[in-house]
Amino acid sequence: MNANPLLSRVADSLYWIGRYIERADNVARFAGVNLQMMLDLPAESAGQWQALVATSGDNQVFHERYGAATQENVIRFLVFDRENPNSIAVCVNVARENARSVRDTVSSEMWEQVNRMYLWINASPSRLQADALPEFFQRVRMECHLFQGLTDGTMSHNEAWNFLRLGRKLERADKTSRILDVKYYMLLPSVADIGTPYDDVQWSAVLKSVSGFEMYRKRFGLISPDRIVEFLLMDREFPRAIHYCINCADECLHAITGTPAGSFSCASEQRLGLLRSELHYTHTKSILASGLHEFLDALQVRMNRIDTAILEDFFEVRQDVMVAVRGMDFGQR
Amino acid sequence: MRLSSYQTGGFYDEMFAADDQPRPQARLLLDTIDSLPEGQLLRCKMAAERLLLQMGITFNVYADSAGTERIFPFDLVPRIVPAEEWTWVERGLRQRIHALNAFIDDIYHDQKILKDGVIPAEVVRSAASYRPQCQGLNPPRGIWCHIAGIDLVRDRDGQIYVLEDNLRVPSGVSYVLENREVLKRTFPQVFEGLAIRPVNEYPSRLLEMLESLAPPGLPQTRTVVLTPGAYNSAYFEHSFLAQQMGLQLVEGRDLVVSRGAVFTRTTKGLQRVDVIYRRIDDDFLDPEAFRADSLLGVPGLLAAYRSGAVALANAPGNGVADDKVVYTYVPDIVRYYEGADPILPNVPTYMCWKGSDRNHVLDNLEKLVVKAANESGGYGMLVGPASTAAQREEFAAKIQANPRNYIAQPTLSLSRVPTIIDDRFEGRHVDLRPYVLYGKDIYVLPGGLTRVALRKGSLVVNSSQGGGSKDTWVLARPVNGHPVPAGGQQ
Repeated sequence: MNANPLLSRVADSLYWIGRYIERADNVARFAGVNLQMMLDLPAESAGQWQALVATSGDNQVFHERYGAATQENVIRFLVFDRENPNSIAVCVNVARENARSVRDTVSSEMWEQVNRMYLWINASPSRLQADALPEFFQRVRMECHLFQGLTDGTMSHNEAWNFLRLGRKLERADKTSRILDVKYYMLLPSVADIGTPYDDVQWSAVLKSVSGFEMYRKRFGLISPDRIVEFLLMDREFPRAIHYCINCADECLHAITGTPAGSFSCASEQRLGLLRSELHYTHTKSILASGLHEFLDALQVRMNRIDTAILEDFFEVRQDVMVAVRGMDFGQR
Repeated sequence: MRLSSYQTGGFYDEMFAADDQPRPQARLLLDTIDSLPEGQLLRCKMAAERLLLQMGITFNVYADSAGTERIFPFDLVPRIVPAEEWTWVERGLRQRIHALNAFIDDIYHDQKILKDGVIPAEVVRSAASYRPQCQGLNPPRGIWCHIAGIDLVRDRDGQIYVLEDNLRVPSGVSYVLENREVLKRTFPQVFEGLAIRPVNEYPSRLLEMLESLAPPGLPQTRTVVLTPGAYNSAYFEHSFLAQQMGLQLVEGRDLVVSRGAVFTRTTKGLQRVDVIYRRIDDDFLDPEAFRADSLLGVPGLLAAYRSGAVALANAPGNGVADDKVVYTYVPDIVRYYEGADPILPNVPTYMCWKGSDRNHVLDNLEKLVVKAANESGGYGMLVGPASTAAQREEFAAKIQANPRNYIAQPTLSLSRVPTIIDDRFEGRHVDLRPYVLYGKDIYVLPGGLTRVALRKGSLVVNSSQGGGSKDTWVLARPVNGHPVPAGGQQ
C-alpha cells in the first residue's frame, strides 16, 4: 500500500478537475459540431440549438435568463456565462481553482496548462464573432486534450491520477448518455426525413459530437440509428462509449481501493460494479425494445448515486479509520 | 538601451562606484548587457513576465477584490554580491540567529537575560508576539527559529545593517528560486563567464532540516506543509515548497488531533503526522491555545506539540525575538549569549516607550521612519521625508496613545541597483533578505531575495506596496584586485 494516501480534500479536488475539464471539452465539442451542422440544414432547423441546451441539462435556467434558444443566446450561455455553472468559462475557472489548491499534487506541466487555458479564456472577448467560433471551439478541445495528455504523461499513475481519471470517465459517460438521449428522440420522429440527406447529416453530427464518426464507420459502415445506439452505449473499444467509460471508471476505483476486480469494499465500488456487469450482459435490442429513454434515465440516476457514494466513501472524513502504516502509531511513544 | 548613460544620482550603487565606473564584480555583466542588440532586453523582459503569469507565480492582494492575483514584478538586471562580502554577511547571520535562538529559549525558560538586567522584563512581556502559553516548552534540539529571513540594507556610506529579523513565517524564498529559473530561461546570456553560487539546493536543505525535527527512532517520518489555504497571499510559495520537497500541502481542516497525536484526513482514514512546517501565524494555529475564533487552525495542536507528539517549524512563540522593540536590544543579546560583538550592526533605533527617545521622535518625524512594533509587510509605517503633515499628525497621536508599539529609525538612503524602467535604466532602492535554516547546523542560502522599490524615490520594497524583485548573485570566487567592500572591514 502507498505509504501516503491522498488527503480527502485533495482527492475531491482531483476528481472535480477531471470532471470539469472533460465537461468543458464536451460543451465545446457539442457546440462546435452543432455550428457546423447548421450550415447543412434548412434555415427552419433552429430547434437544434434548443437541443443543445437540453443536452447540458440546464433547460430551465436558460429559459429564465435568455428566452429564445437562438444561436447567439445559446453560445453565450454555454461559453461565457459566469452564472451558468456549466459554461466553458466556469468549468475552466473551477478546474483551475481546484488545480491551484492541489498544486503540490499535480505536475507543474498540468498546473501550467490549466492556468494557461484560464488566462486565454479570460482574455477572450465575451462576444465572439460568428466566424471566430469554429476555431474557438476547436482550441478549447485541444487545450483540454493537452491537459489530459499531460496528466497521463507527466504524473505518476498513482491514487491521485486515478481520482482524476475517475472523474473524467464518469463525466464522459454522463455526457455521451445525455447527447444520445436528447438526439435520439429528436431525430427519430422526423419520419419525413428518414432516408433523406438531412437524416444522415444529423446522425453523423451526433457521432461527430463524440468524435465517433470515423470509428463508427469502421465498425458498422452505414448510418443506422440502432447501430449508433449500440456503438455509443455498448462499444467496449471506443473511448467515449458509455460501456467503455464505465469499465475504465471501475478499474480506477479498484486501483484506488486495492480491491480485486469482481469484488467490492465500499458502496461506490458495489454500485459501479453492478452497472458494469449489467452493461456486460445486456443486448442493445432489448434496451431499444423496452425504451432507450427509460434506460438512459435510469442510467443517469445510477451514475448520480455512484457520484454520491464516491463522495461518502472518500471525500468525507472518516475519523473512525486509522491507517496503520507503522503499526505503532498509538500508545508506544 | 545602454548603461553608459546611467546615473548613480549620488546614491551608493551596487553596480557602479560612480557614474561610468562599474564595480569590478559587475563589469562582465554590464558589458554583456551593453552588447545586446537593441530591443533584446525589453523582449526578454516581456518573455519573463509572460512566463511568470503562465507559471502562476502570483501573489494575492488582500485589499483588491477585482484582479486579486498579480505577478510579483521581476527585474532582469541582477544584483551582484562579491564573494568576500558574502562570507562576512554569512558569518554575521549565523552569529545573529544562534544568539536569537538562545534568547528565545531563555525567555521561555529561566529568563536569565531579564534577571541579569540586560533587557527590561517589561519590554519582553509587553511584546504582542510574546506567548505565555509557550513557557516551559522544549522544542526538539532546543531550536525555535528553524527558518528565518533577515532583512539587510546598505546605507549611503556602504555599511550593511540589519533592518529587521523575520522569525515567525518569513516568506519570499520561492521567488529566489523562481527568479533564478526565469532568468536562466529567458536571459541565459548573462550567466556566461561567471561562477554564480546556485540556489536550488534550498528545498533539499529545508527538507533535511524538517526531518531532523522528527521524534527519534521512527522507521519513517511524515512531514507536511501547513498553509492557510489557496487565498493566502503566499499560497504560491506554500505549494511550491511542498512540491519541491515532495511533501503533502495541508490546510487546517485536513488535520485532526486525536488521542494526543496529529493526523491527516485521507481517503483511507487518518494518518499520523510527525513534523509540520507551518505557514500559519501563531494566533491562528490552534483555537484552543490561541485565538478562539480561528477557523484556519487545528484544535489541540499546541497540546500535541507540547507533549512531543509532533514537531512544529517554526516554533510557536519565537516571534518574541522579532518584535521591533526587542530588535533594538539584539546587539546586547548577541553580546550576552555569544560573548562577542555583533558582526552585523543594527540600524540605530529610537524606542518611543522611553520618554527621551519619544520626544526626539515627535520633534523629528519628518526625518525619521516610524514603524509599528508588531507589523510587517510595510504596513503601519511612516516614511518621514515622504509624508504629509496630516500623516505626521496621525502618527504623533498614535505614538502618544501607545508608545510601546512604535519605534523610529533615521531614514536610510538605501543602496540602488540599475533597474529597467520603461525603456531605460534607472537606479532603484533595494534591500536583501537572506534565508537561514537552523536544524542540526545553521545553513545560509547564498544570496536571498533582493526586493526593489519600483516607484521612483520610494524606499518601501514590500510586494504589497509596489515592490518588485531581482535575482541575487553571490559570486563563487573573489574578483581579482577587488578590495573588500566597506561593510566587510569590520
